[in-house]
Amino acid sequence: MDITALTLSLKLAFWTCLILLPLAVFVGRLLAWQHFPGKAWVEAIIALPLVLPPTVLGFYLLIGMGANSSFGQFYHSLTGNHLVFTFDGLLLASVIFNLPFAIQPMQRAFEAIPTNIREAAWCCGLSKLESLQRIELPLAWPGVVSALALTFAHTLGEFGVVLMVGGNIEGETKTIAISIYDRVQAFDNHTAGIMSAFLLLFSLVTIGLVYRLTYRRRRHGR
Amino acid sequence: MDDSGFKLRLKQQQPIPLDVEIECRAGELLALVGPSGAGKSTILRTIAGLHRPDAGSIQCGQAVWLDRQSNIDVPVQSRRIGFVFQDYALFPHLTAQQNVIIALGHLDSNRRHERASQLLEQVNLKGLENRLPENLSGGQRQRVALARALARDPEVLLLDEPFSAVDQVTRRKLQQELVVLRRAIQIPILLVTHDLDEAAMLADRLYVLHKGQTLQNGKPGEVMRQPNSALVARLMGHSNIFSAVVEAHDSAQGVSRIDWGGISLELELNEAFAVGSMIDWVIHPAHIIMHRRDRPSLGERENPVHGVVREFLELGETVAISLELEANQAIYLKFTLSRHSATRNGLAVGVAASVSLLAEGIHLMPKQ
Repeated sequence: MDITALTLSLKLAFWTCLILLPLAVFVGRLLAWQHFPGKAWVEAIIALPLVLPPTVLGFYLLIGMGANSSFGQFYHSLTGNHLVFTFDGLLLASVIFNLPFAIQPMQRAFEAIPTNIREAAWCCGLSKLESLQRIELPLAWPGVVSALALTFAHTLGEFGVVLMVGGNIEGETKTIAISIYDRVQAFDNHTAGIMSAFLLLFSLVTIGLVYRLTYRRRRHGR
Repeated sequence: MDDSGFKLRLKQQQPIPLDVEIECRAGELLALVGPSGAGKSTILRTIAGLHRPDAGSIQCGQAVWLDRQSNIDVPVQSRRIGFVFQDYALFPHLTAQQNVIIALGHLDSNRRHERASQLLEQVNLKGLENRLPENLSGGQRQRVALARALARDPEVLLLDEPFSAVDQVTRRKLQQELVVLRRAIQIPILLVTHDLDEAAMLADRLYVLHKGQTLQNGKPGEVMRQPNSALVARLMGHSNIFSAVVEAHDSAQGVSRIDWGGISLELELNEAFAVGSMIDWVIHPAHIIMHRRDRPSLGERENPVHGVVREFLELGETVAISLELEANQAIYLKFTLSRHSATRNGLAVGVAASVSLLAEGIHLMPKQ
């Protein structure tokens, strides 16, 4: 078992979830309740990582974050670090390729809250922030948990984008999925098997929990 | 308008046209009635601050909540309103008590629990404080919604079809409770309803709305008996709405006469309409009196009308009858009788029958 790779993967998943949680709540809520021109295209862009080959997404991220790109240069002038083949770049890529996994379940959860429940909250004197904290999030929490679980599991398992953007640098960008590939290349099937089994089990438990939550939510009619 | 009353003026084209002015005194219950799409719920939502009209103003007591001209638009959270939504919109994850407590943000936190209990007791929900909405009956949910609406100590109470989602028995009970409750709260109450009986029973005044405009407002009995147009008459559920020509006014006798498709009818003097003018008129079924075959009476001389029964619908203990006039077969008079009375008079489809149209019940309206 490559503990360094596992730790890095867990760290990457943790930070990805932490960044995506407020972002996905904001965007999910916006998409659930607001109508604006071009909304379908915004939703399409968010869903792109679901259908694009990871190498294509990775390629564009590599170009977009490279040292010669304006964003890469801007980031360098801001932090002194590069994005390509670093943990920072990997994290940014992870946030982007997890957008649909985080936003879509939250959007569905917020959409399921009837409009008049939110209006009733305002009529009770709750500000929009209080309404979010006390009414909307408690009602949408299965969606929020689903989103975080999916994002976490998906980050641990992502291979193509990580390889394109992060490469294979021990302790910096070599995640558990890359390590498995590495071990197989080195004919170390035993270690690859242990790590694969771990990922398989972890993913199964996560998805199982998400389905259980969704089932409970349906049973309770919300 | 008194200091604690409520005044509203709204004007907009989209999403539905609205052009209304409404006033409601403290302690008064106004019913907004009219067909779907008339703008009733939009008016309540505008008062609450959930909808912003193109133009208009809302004044509650001394406070101006909305004045588009002066760019005043007090946010919903700052308007002290109590709103009972059509399907109650209770917070499903909170107990009855928590649903009320959440609206008590203006009180110190140590007083909220006690006040919520008081309110739930006031709406007869003592003992059910810890139940989630999913474990309450329809009537109980409505009571929680009412307690929650009252929790903010509102300056105006808005009820959007509050009794539509419960069964008939519960509805009657809740309506009676509202009558008791409104004695205790001296604030303007606006009730949106489709149910004319409910409006007549609960409201001090009715506003009849159609396509965003007020067609008539007044006391329920007044609007019901004296609609100001055929449209209002139709909206109030009248089915005997006809056209006629004013024949004569006889101020000495205190009567007017109209020509109704060849039948001359006498009514109480009404000189508002010139002789020769076309008018619409309406008569409530209560003012249509069946002539008894077995016992003719003097009353039969009052506007007698003869015809043939063309429709005879038995509805429980009553019978709905449609009478085709002998003098004009294009005209049908509609009225109801008790089943007993219909049987006694041998009424059935195809049977000839006579009725009297009571002069006091004939109400004239301008021709539309």
